[in-house]
Amino acid sequence: MLSALARRAVSLVLSLVVASVVIFLALQAVPGDPAAFMLGLNARPDTVAALRAELGLEGSLAERYLGWAGGMLRGDFGTSYTYRVPVAELVADRVGVSVPLALLSLALTVAIALPVGLLAATRRGGPADWGVMGATQLGIAIPNFWFAMLLVLVFAVGLRWFSAGGFPGWSDPGGALKALTLPAVALALPQASILARVLRSAVLDTLDQDYIRTARAKGLSRRAVVWRHALRNALIPVLTIMGLQFSFLLAGAIIIENVFFLPGLGRLIFQGITARDLIVVQSVTMLLVAAVILVTFLVEVAYTLADPRLRRPRAR
Amino acid sequence: MRGSPTRGSPALWIGAAITAAVAAMAALSLVWTPHDITRLEIGARLQPPSAAHWLGTDQLGRDMVSLLMEGARTSIAVALVAVGIGIVAGVPLGLLAAARRGSWIDEVVMRGNDLVFAFPSLVIAILITAVFGPSAVNAILAIGIFNIPVFARVARGGALPIWTLDYVMAARVAGKGAARISVQHVLPNIANLLIVQATIQFSLGILAEAALSYVGLGAQPPTASWGRMLSEAQTMIYSAPSLALLPGLAIVVTVLGLNLLGDGLRDLLDPRLRRLRA
Repeated sequence: MLSALARRAVSLVLSLVVASVVIFLALQAVPGDPAAFMLGLNARPDTVAALRAELGLEGSLAERYLGWAGGMLRGDFGTSYTYRVPVAELVADRVGVSVPLALLSLALTVAIALPVGLLAATRRGGPADWGVMGATQLGIAIPNFWFAMLLVLVFAVGLRWFSAGGFPGWSDPGGALKALTLPAVALALPQASILARVLRSAVLDTLDQDYIRTARAKGLSRRAVVWRHALRNALIPVLTIMGLQFSFLLAGAIIIENVFFLPGLGRLIFQGITARDLIVVQSVTMLLVAAVILVTFLVEVAYTLADPRLRRPRAR
Repeated sequence: MRGSPTRGSPALWIGAAITAAVAAMAALSLVWTPHDITRLEIGARLQPPSAAHWLGTDQLGRDMVSLLMEGARTSIAVALVAVGIGIVAGVPLGLLAAARRGSWIDEVVMRGNDLVFAFPSLVIAILITAVFGPSAVNAILAIGIFNIPVFARVARGGALPIWTLDYVMAARVAGKGAARISVQHVLPNIANLLIVQATIQFSLGILAEAALSYVGLGAQPPTASWGRMLSEAQTMIYSAPSLALLPGLAIVVTVLGLNLLGDGLRDLLDPRLRRLRA
């Protein structure tokens, strides 16, 4: 098991390095000099040069990469070209929106998918199953940002239960949660549809196994079999998908934050893009990618630990 | 799930019909739309459906039917080329990895795939379009790059069991090289897997294109796209909510049709499932 974990750890580090190189190189391809852009057309060449040095834009490609990547590891994400404050500060302000949003929508995803998927699996072929399969087919086809607009139409424009966007800050916890509710629902719907389908087929797969028949034969009730045996064994594929879904939720949040004008990391990236504040784009993108890679790694570790079959080296 | 195993399920036929209808609308827009969408008629803005404008007009007086038809063309063109990139670059990689199973080539292809899968694709797509400028071509590239590992993985997974079969052995004994065997014997046998995957990636491509053009990183005006129609409608969601409904419905119907088609094709083409049902 240790060797399996070590291999995963190596591939984690490798992924992070490759990701950082790709992101760094991609942003080097952007035309234009940020220092000249910041100082405007009439800046004197020596002022521009001084600013370039201050922003860490001097030196060879390798030096600049190592400077940036080393800084990321120490928590120094660079200095924003437009705000003139450390990117880390900007990020700290926005993490409080994006992370709760992703967690809230993940919780909603599970809360919807678990009962719905189980219902479909235990009523296989019945009207409930057909209903769930039809509804989830629709849920997968709906773009989350359009669903978000529909939610705004109904609950903000029509019923006036929620505001159409904005974020009051966590000093008002009730208001903050309320502001995150519609975005979280919009993010959760397609993911819940996918998860419910995965859960259904995973449970159906395990229900076909011999040990389930044995459990039924020794007199366990159907309910006990489903909960104690089928669901537990179905959790491995479900956990894998949930890990992937976290990445979709983080990425999807970029779009959804723009629909609801939420001051999260996604909006920070977009503001960076429009303002040509490349260091913000570069560092925040890297943070998002790193978060996704880390979550995937943790999920893999979790199911290596959870599944005894993966713990022992292969007999073959 | 129901339906004759050889003639396909109702899902297949509904999906095929929807897909064909959307494709026909898109193709028709190349030669004819009810109105010219580059001509703005501010006087005729935000009209309700009428004989002249079947679905009304938008905030600039453009005919909604014409806009939706052109939007279909944009979506399909972007998603189709992106799928093409994935197939052209990914399938040979996957075939090569399978033919040289366990070699360093296989290792590089598979590890490279793991890496790309670990990336949140939408974030990278946004990065690509932001760096190289928003345009339909860059949207295609951004979506297409992520199709490459998908097709490589499917091709490799499908090809591996075929390499163990007797007729491949016979072909090797007959002196055929790995490349010829891959093209002549392996590729025809994994074609059905690739077709199903292509349908799925096509529908994901439509959603990705919509998301990119919604945030302004897709096709640029005057080209119509469903995603940008939605983002323009959002600013008027209080005054003209119907503008936000039609493009969204168009996306949902198209993606739903493609997903049904993909599911139906998988059931039809996968002999394993066919046996299970019988």
